[in-house]
Amino acid sequence: MRILFCMTLLLGMTGIASAQQSMPPAPYAYQQLDDPAQEAEAKALMETLRCLKCQSQSIADSDAPMAGDMRHQVRTRIAAGDDPEAVRAWLVERYGDWVSYAPSVSAMTWPLWAAPLALLVLAVFLMRGRFRRSNAQGSANAQDGEQG
Amino acid sequence: MTSWKLWLPFALFLAFFGLVASGLLSPSDQTIESKMIGKPLPAFDLPPAVTDRPALSAADFATGEPKLLNIFASWCVPCIAEAPHLQALADAGATINGVAIRDKPEDIAAFLARNGNPYTKIGADNLSSVQLEIGSSGVPETFVVDGKGVITYQHIGDIRASDVPLLLEKLEEAQ
Repeated sequence: MRILFCMTLLLGMTGIASAQQSMPPAPYAYQQLDDPAQEAEAKALMETLRCLKCQSQSIADSDAPMAGDMRHQVRTRIAAGDDPEAVRAWLVERYGDWVSYAPSVSAMTWPLWAAPLALLVLAVFLMRGRFRRSNAQGSANAQDGEQG
Repeated sequence: MTSWKLWLPFALFLAFFGLVASGLLSPSDQTIESKMIGKPLPAFDLPPAVTDRPALSAADFATGEPKLLNIFASWCVPCIAEAPHLQALADAGATINGVAIRDKPEDIAAFLARNGNPYTKIGADNLSSVQLEIGSSGVPETFVVDGKGVITYQHIGDIRASDVPLLLEKLEEAQ
């Protein structure tokens, strides 16, 4: 659905997109950083940042000019020695949690972590009840057998 | 076990199915509001975008008078539709500063010659850096900035005739 929507959007907007691309892309939109360790950091971060234009893609995947500008920001900030999480925080401060594919624990998102634990506890509790009941039944049956 | 309890798992399944189906069927693209509203405009200093308008920096907004910051581009089709309404805002006394995204000076000049030029100053943002700084995710967008340089309102998309009074009101509120 989303891909189809994005594709029709892209097809419909090729005229506009080509006009947007009459400007050369940002220097670090497609150019990797010279330091392989920094480039690896930048790449890992870019894969977990959402493109604001084609919203189901990461900025590492998207060819939208704005995604290129975001990659340029990420690479220049990492090249300047910024921590990847600081760069993520910089974007989250401007666009909200929404821009990041790696959810952080906050007042809004803690149930994401708490829910599986709560379900696990509930499952153990329910299963204990079941086992107890079947155990009791089992021993009752065994006694019946002895008597019979 | 009463009969309604028998149906409970099925009802839960239907509720879950409905939730997932509605998520799949509703449009996935959503507007992303800037989280910078209520915060000061981040520092920036853009070069001039055209020869007949001065360059734009964040300091140009902290002058005591509320202003509009309009994100636009010559390649942006809704910007053409928006142009007469921006002019109406300018005619009503609003100061509008433009930020031109990824654009060539000659293209901007041609765009302004054809659609009118309501801008006091225009900065060239060729790397979308100011756009990213203020949490804007598309073109066009319009921000109301008060006289102290604090962002007070964001309008996403092109300004229609019906949006003009609201924006004038927001400018008034930012006084």
